[in-house]
Amino acid sequence: MGRDALLEVDDVVVRFGGVTAVNHASFVAEAGRVTGLIGPNGAGKTTCFNVISGLQRPTSGKVRFDGRGLTHTPVHRRAKRGMGRTFQRLEAFGSLTVRENVRVAHDIHQGLLGLVKPSKSDVDGLLERVGISAYAQERADSIPTGTARLLELARCLAGDPKLLLLDEPSSGLDESETDAFGELLRDLAAEGRGVLMVEHDMDLVMTVCDVIHVLDFGSVIASGQPADVRNDPLVQKAYLGYSDDVPDGELAGVSAGTGLSEQTLTDIPAVEVTAQLPAVRP
Amino acid sequence: MSSFIAYTVFRLFSGAAFAIAASGLVLTYSTTRVFNVAHGAFGMVLAFVFWDFSVRQGLPTWLALVLVLFVVAPAIGWFIQRFVARGLGEAPVSVSLVVTVALLVGCIGFATYVYKPEVRTAVPFLAGTQFTIGDATITAHQLITILASAVVAAGLWALLTRTRIGTAMRASVDNPELLKLFGGKPDRVASLAWMIGISLAALGGILLAPVVGLDYYQLTLLVINAYAAAALGRLTSLPLTFVGAMGLGLITSFAPQYLPSEGMLGQIDNILPALFLFAVLIALPQAQLRVGQVKGIVSVPLPSITKAGAWGAGLLVLVALMARSFTEPNLLLLGTVATFAMVMLSLVLLTGYGGHVSLAQFTFAGVGALAYCKLGEPNLYGLMVSALIAAGVGALVALPVLRLTGLYLALATLAFASIMDKMIFQSDFAFGYNGTLPAGRLSILGNSISSTGGYVFVMAVFFVVMSIALLVLRRGVLGRLLIAMRDSPAACGTLGLDMRWFRVGLFALSAGMAGLAGGLYAGLRETTGAADYEFFKSLPLLLLAVVFGVTSITGAAMGGVGLMLLFNSTTSTQSILFIVIAVGAVLLGRNPNGVASHLFRLGRWGERQLGPRIRSRLPVLPGQSSAEDASPAALAVVDEGGEQAAEEPAPRAETREVAAHGT
Repeated sequence: MGRDALLEVDDVVVRFGGVTAVNHASFVAEAGRVTGLIGPNGAGKTTCFNVISGLQRPTSGKVRFDGRGLTHTPVHRRAKRGMGRTFQRLEAFGSLTVRENVRVAHDIHQGLLGLVKPSKSDVDGLLERVGISAYAQERADSIPTGTARLLELARCLAGDPKLLLLDEPSSGLDESETDAFGELLRDLAAEGRGVLMVEHDMDLVMTVCDVIHVLDFGSVIASGQPADVRNDPLVQKAYLGYSDDVPDGELAGVSAGTGLSEQTLTDIPAVEVTAQLPAVRP
Repeated sequence: MSSFIAYTVFRLFSGAAFAIAASGLVLTYSTTRVFNVAHGAFGMVLAFVFWDFSVRQGLPTWLALVLVLFVVAPAIGWFIQRFVARGLGEAPVSVSLVVTVALLVGCIGFATYVYKPEVRTAVPFLAGTQFTIGDATITAHQLITILASAVVAAGLWALLTRTRIGTAMRASVDNPELLKLFGGKPDRVASLAWMIGISLAALGGILLAPVVGLDYYQLTLLVINAYAAAALGRLTSLPLTFVGAMGLGLITSFAPQYLPSEGMLGQIDNILPALFLFAVLIALPQAQLRVGQVKGIVSVPLPSITKAGAWGAGLLVLVALMARSFTEPNLLLLGTVATFAMVMLSLVLLTGYGGHVSLAQFTFAGVGALAYCKLGEPNLYGLMVSALIAAGVGALVALPVLRLTGLYLALATLAFASIMDKMIFQSDFAFGYNGTLPAGRLSILGNSISSTGGYVFVMAVFFVVMSIALLVLRRGVLGRLLIAMRDSPAACGTLGLDMRWFRVGLFALSAGMAGLAGGLYAGLRETTGAADYEFFKSLPLLLLAVVFGVTSITGAAMGGVGLMLLFNSTTSTQSILFIVIAVGAVLLGRNPNGVASHLFRLGRWGERQLGPRIRSRLPVLPGQSSAEDASPAALAVVDEGGEQAAEEPAPRAETREVAAHGT
């Protein structure tokens, strides 16, 4: 690929009792690029994020970040090394205001318990950047979901991370907000940050991502540029339950029998994969 | 060898009684997620009721037993579930714990009221009958106890695995909502669990009463053995609970023979259950940070420092007036109020702001008092060193229990308090058993405060200064971090906060505050002993702190008054207090900020109704209304931004449903 991988997930397995949530998954995310991690519900995407950020210890496998192993590194030290994440199920500090949420992140990042006071413009600049300045004084448990996701992003950015792990960041945003959000992601990558994003909005994924990894049943079934992934028969099979190019038997053990009904497809706009996809960004 | 085996079997007696009590505790907890702190207290009350039926009223033993186990106990269990415990499983752990602590205090109050202290004998079953195996003797009562535990174990097994409602009980553990969708009735399941649970508590109490005696406190506190047994099964596994209970029974029976009976270790057999509980909790596997909880707790509005200062000055004027007019005994009571209020401030920091529950605050106060007495430096230096020592002990407790949260943390601090009480405070190098130590009145800058009135005023000054310091802390960086950690530990971790040391610091600070209060209290009384810091006093302390409002300074002050009245007043005052506590505890389910927050709402309502009218009649004084906003402190707050919202919450914040935060 020609670049050093910022994050390497190497053969990670996570088992919960008898259920294998992540099954020998390996993928990388590079600095200065937006990497998409997609897959049907329950494919193990969030579990991967939990392993990377240290909230979940893997059954086996390794994670390397910025050239160093992370196997026994506690959550907070991974953050100190430059890893920031948002959550699929929101983790905003509900009793604090939006501005205070970002201030807390600032204080933690500054260390010495905030002896170095962030200037008001630092915090407000971040709120401005993600576009939620209007909510600065609101309590975080009273703002709309989409806004809270942007708040989590602003909170992450307060720590000036090298790698951003964004778990479904655009759900709850309307179309124009999503467009602006896509621009923001490109800007963040242009600053040299790595962005690894779990996302169900295929429009956004196909427009913004440089590389996409597809997870199904905990395994990476495809990796590559959006155009390649879009046309990958295994991916179509995983999302739709059928593919014109792949007979049922061929997928045994990988993704056959996902059990996804047609109704599930309305939850995940994956229909787009075979339908009209927007042009891939150069 | 055969005699050893026989001996072991007989020694299973106490384990069997623990097992019966503990299995009831586990059954209720695992089905409803409510940990019944009052489990032992119910056992105690029902042991008294059994005595009443069988001895005082002269009913046949079997009839009394049937009445207690199958009529009275289930009726109480049903009532508790229906009117007290319903929905409590989803509440923050400080609330659910406190409601059951209220039940405990209520049980003891009920028992002392109905069964006035007098000599009573609990007769063992089939008294006089005993069997001999080898060279060991077993009484019929012991045999019945062992058999009863086997029957209970088999009965519970059959209930949970062989009946529909038992299956529903196990399903209810995982997801009561889902159970409802599948046609189950979680409320009925919970009722049954409480009915059986209280019944088992009764059986445990009745079986242990002839051994322990019909004592309000002894029987109630025996439940610590049940906690320890239940903790081995992580409060949910019945088989492990039985193993834990039997093991504990064996350890407590054999220990006295092998351990020294002199010195510090002489007390060790008394604290074995607490040690066992502490060890089991420390050994629990690390809980992973939970993600995806509902967050946000509506706290009471935070007053500005100026406003708090004004209230503080008002309080000091009031105390000064009282100090001049009160008699000596009343002054001592007023000083006690100040002490309790300061200890409650330490809970405002730890529980109100930090979300952790400690049942060892009186123990930390005791450490402060002990250090103050032993140092023999009755001055500010000595007081500060005492507080630092208490803080150090607090940090030492926090270290091993760092990983624990919620209920487990509370139980671990209770175990620690019990160990300190019996092993340290009552030993000869400390206060001594039933002993006291002299303490000097505090002197400030060389001036000893010999008058009690003056001393009480100084204590009030300490309370006000600590309160304002606490508010400053809450408004600053540390306060925001505390709230953030309470709302989402997972997010704090992923933002790079090392929460372990933060929590150690929090515990230490809180313990230091309690220690300072303890030191001042020792100086007030000029003599103090282990009895002042008995570990179970921390239970009503937490109860009153939370009921009156553990999120506000006002709550702490009111709680201090309440606790003093609870310990020192006449029965009629106590009855009124019990009613206030009961109402307050029930209201906690709707608003966890306690009585103080209702008072604040009343105040705001009054200000809205009367304020404009009064102001329109008063001549306008320059700066009267704007003084607060224009003060430098208030400006600084506005500058920092964000805090304004906390100061004047939007009206909808009042009605927003309070979200549960996880254990």
